[in-house]
Amino acid sequence: MDGSTLSLVMFSGTDDKLNAAAVLTAGAAAMGRKVNIFLQYWALDAFRADRVLKDHGVAPEAGPDGAELMQRHGGQHWSEIFRQAKDIGEVEIHACSLSMEMFGLRVEDLDPLVDGQEGVASFFVDVDGPVTFI
Amino acid sequence: MTTANVTRSIDARGMPCPGPLMSLIGAIREGTVGDMIEVLSSDEGSKTDIPAWIAKAGHEIVEVVQEPDHARFVIRKVR
Repeated sequence: MDGSTLSLVMFSGTDDKLNAAAVLTAGAAAMGRKVNIFLQYWALDAFRADRVLKDHGVAPEAGPDGAELMQRHGGQHWSEIFRQAKDIGEVEIHACSLSMEMFGLRVEDLDPLVDGQEGVASFFVDVDGPVTFI
Repeated sequence: MTTANVTRSIDARGMPCPGPLMSLIGAIREGTVGDMIEVLSSDEGSKTDIPAWIAKAGHEIVEVVQEPDHARFVIRKVR
């Protein structure tokens, strides 16, 4: 692995932001960077095994036209992009223990993309530069 | 033309960024040294992404041909 780690805090649970995070992750993994992801709130909810493939909508700024544009553009599902990124690189995805507790979730309830849950201080153990929040 | 030497062809036309690059990485990983992999991509990002990854990963771009609606990359797996 070379370069600094991409540390990503994923908060939003809409498909456009999940896709943007997946694309960043794939690019970083392709270029040999470690990726360290912390799932909070609505992003965590989107990683539930029974919800990962459902329609998560788009951010409000998309408006009806933006939503339609995204639907027409298609492409791979964000979960598949994360899977490819994990396959080619060192990508660790952890659930925020506070959000897990809030939703009443156990690790078994999450998609296998998620490596486990951790507290916020543990997330910072692997942070070696800026944190990107999406 | 190097078409005759191509050992594997990936038609990634219509696939958005970073799909074509990810497909190429998969093919490189599965392949053996000396393989000639062809990637067809209509994603504009591939024009910068594929050369950037190739330089980083230490393989070789044998050919890039711009067709009207896509680009064709031929890559040799070096290691």
